[in-house]
Amino acid sequence: MNAEEMKDKLTEYLAKDILKQPNRTIQPGEALLSSGLIDSFHLVDLALYVEDNFGVHIDDSELNASTFDSLDGLIALIQSRQ
Amino acid sequence: MPTFSDLLKAHYETTPDKVNVTILHGGQPDRMVTYSELIKGASGYVKTYVRQGIQPGEVILLILQHGIDLLYAYYGAILHGAIPSIMPFLTEKLLPERYRADLAALVSVTQPTAIVTYREFEAEVRAALKPGEDSVKAVIVSDQVDGPCLPEFGSFGGLRRKPEDIVLLQHSSGTTGLQKGVALSHQAVINQLTDYGKAIRLQDSDVFVSWLPLYHDMGLIACWLMPILLGYPLVIMSPFEWIRAPYRLLQAVSRYQGTLSWLPNFAYNFCAQKIRERDLVGVDLSSWRAISNCSEPMRWESQDAFRERFRSLGLQPDAMTTCYAMAENVFAVTQGGIDSPVVFEDIDRDSLQIEKFARPSVAEKPVIRMLGAGKAIPNTSVSILDTKGHALPDRHVGEVALKSNCMLSGYYHRPDATEKAFVNGWYLTGDYGYLVEGELYITGRKKDLIIVGGKNIYPQDLELLAYEVPGVHAGRASAFGIFNETSGTEDVVLVAEVDTSEQAEQQKIADSIRAAVTRGSAVALRYVHLVGKHWLVKTSSGKTARSANREKFLKEMEEKGRDF
Repeated sequence: MNAEEMKDKLTEYLAKDILKQPNRTIQPGEALLSSGLIDSFHLVDLALYVEDNFGVHIDDSELNASTFDSLDGLIALIQSRQ
Repeated sequence: MPTFSDLLKAHYETTPDKVNVTILHGGQPDRMVTYSELIKGASGYVKTYVRQGIQPGEVILLILQHGIDLLYAYYGAILHGAIPSIMPFLTEKLLPERYRADLAALVSVTQPTAIVTYREFEAEVRAALKPGEDSVKAVIVSDQVDGPCLPEFGSFGGLRRKPEDIVLLQHSSGTTGLQKGVALSHQAVINQLTDYGKAIRLQDSDVFVSWLPLYHDMGLIACWLMPILLGYPLVIMSPFEWIRAPYRLLQAVSRYQGTLSWLPNFAYNFCAQKIRERDLVGVDLSSWRAISNCSEPMRWESQDAFRERFRSLGLQPDAMTTCYAMAENVFAVTQGGIDSPVVFEDIDRDSLQIEKFARPSVAEKPVIRMLGAGKAIPNTSVSILDTKGHALPDRHVGEVALKSNCMLSGYYHRPDATEKAFVNGWYLTGDYGYLVEGELYITGRKKDLIIVGGKNIYPQDLELLAYEVPGVHAGRASAFGIFNETSGTEDVVLVAEVDTSEQAEQQKIADSIRAAVTRGSAVALRYVHLVGKHWLVKTSSGKTARSANREKFLKEMEEKGRDF
């Protein structure tokens, strides 16, 4: 899966399942964690989703804005492990 | 009656080598702390407080995360006879400027003379202070504190405190919560611990396991003061780590034969839904005897999901217990599920909502399954009052009121707020409920408070933040909570009136509201609903009527076919 497809898949998941706003667009560089768009209740969901869909494990100690804070950052993290 | 320091001294003298606290940190070996280490570490802090000129009876604010520094700093303040108060730590979501403003407001109300924090946070703390003008004499950095040393009990101010003296302050978070610190005396806390200990049948084999924050009564009283002062092992982890790795709670129970835990309702759903099987290999939960659901509305469904999910790991079905608690009563008001399983009953929904009467259900009519919060602990009386303050008979819904020998001394430096809280000697909780032969059922809330994951959120704080967004007018927003069945807690909704009906412009305003609220309060809004002028319902005095707006919002969503 290339970065573009990953971005679409992640955007759809975030908008629909986490933000409950299916039509919402998310900019690739938009802050997700530090902005509170994704709150701490949903960090585990995101890690499980990434693992199930991209076969990459994100450790719980990495679920913070200093590891990734945007779609771009998350995609880079996933790609570095695939 | 003993004071906190008397109890600590006795543990030091009789069981110095007993491991009392085990601190868990991901990626590090578990840190075990004996009473001897605890008292010596705390004694280093006493020396430092003395050197900095901090007097017994003065307030010390602690801005530290879960760990050894917080343990020593807190009990050092107690042994010194000072009044510790834990302030929540800055999270990455919160704007530093907002944190500073909250800290400055807290300083002005509670008048602390010292603040203890980490070196890397010192500048942030100092930025909120006004040297020479405010009460703070010292910002103490944890790595500059005297190391552990032998206690000199004879000189410790803590051993000269009287049972009726204030021993600690406890605040809710947020701008409003920080203004009302609950001040508790030694005797109030010890009365609570003694009688709550009886209610939960504390026994020698008990081990407390907790991930709870310590700026909240559930974590502070049940999982910090109770085990440490009464001499039971405590295993703690940080809430920041637990929310990212909920399986660690279960692993800790298994590893340390944990018997007692307290959880807000959402944590049952969270654990049941989000833990992977691979993280539970070898986990044995058979030691867990009481897991008390407390601090937000309790749901039978949440406890049931938890029980079913972990039954195969040896979880005893009757380990699910319930508790209704309130910082103003130190902690517990009632406890259920200890001597017999938790009770629940199916109630006629319409009768409950319209007639305010809890009628057992009859066939074919919609029901609500109510989970009992248990019976009052021995030292506390519970009464249900009508709007005129008269006691109501069983099954009639009214305001829950209580009386006990463990009430707060007062809201710190707020005699006005303290006076308002009591009517004829009864403390009015702001919660609605009913009694059936002593069993308390909580049905709702009179106060405009939102509770998310056990954390109290004041809607006026969120509305004020929304008013800062261009396009939103002051007084034209309303925030409220709506229960989410899946997560087991409330979702926060904010409705705001805007002039524009243009889609892109609205999206921009909605995003700005989310950002302003999150960065100003660390609360994430689940829904931002923008509406036109005159949508919001106002009270006769012109304030937003939150419950009426909540009803209107739900009705509108229902008409649009959106499920809440």
